[in-house]
Amino acid sequence: MAAVTTTPRQKAGWGTANFVVIALAMIPVLWLASLSFKTPAAVLDPSLIPSQWTLGNYSQILKTSQFIRPLINSIGIGLIATLIAVLFASMAAYAVARLRFPGKGVLIGMSLLIAMFPAIALVTPMFNIERSLGLFNTWPGLIIPYVAFGLPLGIYTLSAFFREIPWELEKAAKVDGATPFQAFTKVIAPLAAPGMVTTAILVFMFCWNEFLFAISFTSTIASRTAPASIAYFSGSSQFTVPTGPIAAAAVVITIPIIIFVVFFQRRIVAGLTSGAVKG
Amino acid sequence: MTASTDTVTSDQTAKPGKRKAPLSEGARAERRLGWILCAPAVIVMIAVTAYPVGYAIYLSLERYNLELPQAVKFIGFSNYAAVLSSPYWWQALKVTLIITVFSVAISLVLGMLLALLMHRTLFGRGTVRTAALIPYGIVTVAAAYGWQYAWTPGQGYLSAAFNNSAPLTSEVKAIAVIILAEIWKTTPFMGLLLLAGLSLVSEDLQKAAKVDGATAWQRFTKITLPLMKPAILVALLFRTLDSFRIFDNIYILTDGANGTGSVSILGYDNLFNALNLGIGSAISILIFICVAIIAFVFIRLFGTAAPGTDIGKR
Repeated sequence: MAAVTTTPRQKAGWGTANFVVIALAMIPVLWLASLSFKTPAAVLDPSLIPSQWTLGNYSQILKTSQFIRPLINSIGIGLIATLIAVLFASMAAYAVARLRFPGKGVLIGMSLLIAMFPAIALVTPMFNIERSLGLFNTWPGLIIPYVAFGLPLGIYTLSAFFREIPWELEKAAKVDGATPFQAFTKVIAPLAAPGMVTTAILVFMFCWNEFLFAISFTSTIASRTAPASIAYFSGSSQFTVPTGPIAAAAVVITIPIIIFVVFFQRRIVAGLTSGAVKG
Repeated sequence: MTASTDTVTSDQTAKPGKRKAPLSEGARAERRLGWILCAPAVIVMIAVTAYPVGYAIYLSLERYNLELPQAVKFIGFSNYAAVLSSPYWWQALKVTLIITVFSVAISLVLGMLLALLMHRTLFGRGTVRTAALIPYGIVTVAAAYGWQYAWTPGQGYLSAAFNNSAPLTSEVKAIAVIILAEIWKTTPFMGLLLLAGLSLVSEDLQKAAKVDGATAWQRFTKITLPLMKPAILVALLFRTLDSFRIFDNIYILTDGANGTGSVSILGYDNLFNALNLGIGSAISILIFICVAIIAFVFIRLFGTAAPGTDIGKR
């Protein structure tokens, strides 16, 4: 590609294609944002730009524990599940990338199976198991399945990252007089950190997005996550559909995703593709 | 790719002694360490999937309704007979297959176009990738509400653009809207996986073919596509199984009304509306079998290119 000179026509062509992709990706999101700023009267106007603007939808949802509590649940459950999943996945991925032991293929095959597992098949039995163990409608009741489904993603992505680390450096550091602990914290950990951050972002996004378990294994806002809580929003009277508040809540839970995507675009792309294709 | 192979080789040559004598003290310690490190992950994965599936098999052979806890009784395969003779199951399976086939096929084509654009575009590459990641990352439920309101007559821009139509109230149109929402959400993931495959296709080969007079289309079909086959298969397998599990979009868009429910919606409704654990578990097991068949067919059809076998070689 380097030697090819670009004509203005080519430039315009690629520019148009870029524009189309960006527009298709953004318009549904902007529409949701626009709905969230519309007054109840303006909601009935299908234009993309609100005819009357308001922040009322946001103040309404941020005032009630019906949304704030689930938001806290989402953050807490997501962070704890991510932490555990990344910890367990890095241990397993280190073993896969560095050690020789029988059963490695089984571990990888098992992760692959779970990555493709139909979550609904677990809902009925897990519902009964969680009820009898007292896990139903608790944080651990969601954290445990999230860890299990985050693990395959983590093991895949991390073993791809760990395989790229020049492990000889560890030996070199030891030759230069570093203790094993120093060799790990000063040499290996900084090299492994980017992969672990990427994996953590992907796992957190999975937990943040999850809906089926979130509505199946919870019954109150004690443990219901934000996406599930939106489905239970009700209007100010039983005859009004709470379009504005739902749109505002949808925008609120989209903000962290947009922050991740904007700041970590390269890492997310690398993480998603390294595990799946280089595998 | 090359970098990773290099490290692996150098890594292996770094400790040849351990490889030649598998029963040495060091090798045994390495084995043990490997198992210990994998144990937590394995235990969690088994506890959350294998055990409940086994339990579901057991539950599916019982008459077990939460409203009639005294009437629990072993009834063999009657639950399966009830599900398989029910029109609801076949309707849900049909809807699921239609959504899967259309959304995967269309998102494959669009994903390929997106991958080519992300690979080749002259400027704004980062911006395009960032924009494409938004549908991938957005919470499905949030996006689904966006689509629902967009297609609501009198308030949605898409409904207004199509003569104030109300597609979510008719079966075929609602399924089309669901497919559209799926395509919007999943095309970026497809595009990114294909982009990774695309970057493995050598530029030199393309140039050589160009010198030999191959047209752009010939280069795409004769060089790019065959070399990308593994990446395409991985993307297809993952997307097909993912699409077969469709739940969130349908739950928000139609909640399965007008015969638009997928098998996952059927399983959910059975548990939470009918409170029937026996039938629900039978549905779970049938869905599990369907997914196993799909995965098996993929791996059989595409042989060594399938991810499962790739992994075995590692």
